[in-house]
Amino acid sequence: MIAIPPMLLTLSLASIPPIPAPILVPLTDAAFALTLGLLLLAPLAIAGVALINTGLGRSRSAAQAMLGNLALIAVAAIVFAFVGASFAGSLDAGSPGVKEFVLHAAGKPWSVLGLGPFLLRGLGGAAPQNQLAVLFEFLAVAMTVLLPWGSGADRWRLAAGCATAAVLAAIVFPLTAHWIWGGGWLAALGTNFSLGAGFLDGGGAATVHMLGGMTALAVVWIAGPRRGKFPKEGLSTAMPGHNATYVIFGCLLALVGWLAWNAAGAILWLHAPLAAVPGTAINTLLSASGALAATFSVTRFRFGKPDASLCANGWLAGLVASSACAGFASPAASLFIGGVAGVFTPLLVEVLELALSIDDPTGAITVHGAAGLWGLIAAGFFAPQSGQLLAQLVGIAALLGFVFPLIYLLLFLLNRVVPFRVDPDGERMGMDLHELGGGAYPEFVIHRDESYR
Amino acid sequence: MKYAGLLVMPAGFFLALAALALFPDPGRRTAFVICGLIVEGMGLAVAVRGHMLPRGENRP
Repeated sequence: MIAIPPMLLTLSLASIPPIPAPILVPLTDAAFALTLGLLLLAPLAIAGVALINTGLGRSRSAAQAMLGNLALIAVAAIVFAFVGASFAGSLDAGSPGVKEFVLHAAGKPWSVLGLGPFLLRGLGGAAPQNQLAVLFEFLAVAMTVLLPWGSGADRWRLAAGCATAAVLAAIVFPLTAHWIWGGGWLAALGTNFSLGAGFLDGGGAATVHMLGGMTALAVVWIAGPRRGKFPKEGLSTAMPGHNATYVIFGCLLALVGWLAWNAAGAILWLHAPLAAVPGTAINTLLSASGALAATFSVTRFRFGKPDASLCANGWLAGLVASSACAGFASPAASLFIGGVAGVFTPLLVEVLELALSIDDPTGAITVHGAAGLWGLIAAGFFAPQSGQLLAQLVGIAALLGFVFPLIYLLLFLLNRVVPFRVDPDGERMGMDLHELGGGAYPEFVIHRDESYR
Repeated sequence: MKYAGLLVMPAGFFLALAALALFPDPGRRTAFVICGLIVEGMGLAVAVRGHMLPRGENRP
């Protein structure tokens, strides 16, 4: 008879000490140096997502997609430096005399918005952990604005993408980052209402991925589907990405960045000791591996052969799900969390396209929105302290019930000023020729597009 | 219908907030937060339904 190791039966680690509230605390010199080093590797995740955005779009929009990745990051960084960082409030979080907009209700303070110095004044004199927090947020906002860019591929104008990045970096991201990372009311759920350690999001499952996924949904709804995607009769038209190699290589790059991102987030927001960093990285890898194995199996079973782009989506969904809880879940739990993400990702991608008429070329709504949501719920299940699940549910309710309608409203108004959708002629020519005047692959022969009958 | 669903979603959020402020005991608090999430889910479902493309001639 084979004895089953108890670790496989109980997925949560009972020996993990309770996680302290996600409020910035002073770091040792070693922790500062390691976190800084990790954060300098984290942009590889952004590079990976940029490659995936480009590879899953069409060849006639590849240059616009890649340039758009750069432009959106640039706009988001500038706007976040001017105003966003002030509202996020991480530059002076935890310091005496911190300025923030606080409401008082039910006898508790509810910190709603940071009111720190504009234009990053005082950055050099801020505490080391605050400087790292601001750097983390710069990377996070750059990642957030890239996620909807892939969903609007082949019809979303560059100017509208940049305007959306500005809105996200100025208003929506700082608001969410303050609630979760800047000592806001979600971070204080533990101290104010005894809900675990407060809302936990070490790697940005909520602040980056759910936010990006929800924005992607709003963009897809407002811009509409690509021409010919949903014909008058029959099922939707398949419009596969033009370069599977970009997509898979993007997944590999994303892994490196994600390992760094989750480890840095664990030190900064979950106060994990340095000894917990290897475990966090292993959990991240296991979650992605479990997700890939699951997606590979599901697509092999459904279609007879594994699907490359869906497998890439599954891998990324595993990484996203790990963002919420890689810092404290056990390896077995991480494998399980990734496996669940890998099962629902291909199924949800199919449901969104076939049943709900949502044209999302990169699958960001599923990969980042739904997998981020699942990671946050899983964090509640696998966190060591009681009340954590309720804290996670309150955070999810805030994101879905307040932040998503806010995003939709802002983008709806923005669409009136800067129209999102390119004109039909531009869509037929391709975004490269229409917006940039030249294609990404000038020596390639472009064949006739059968979807424009 | 597109916008009705999106208007219902904040109602679920305020239910969750009310649960925090009004109920100190974990049971009722959890129940209200879950009710808030269900309301948000219903709002999202209505919004999704409203955004679905009509079948036939009106498709782009």
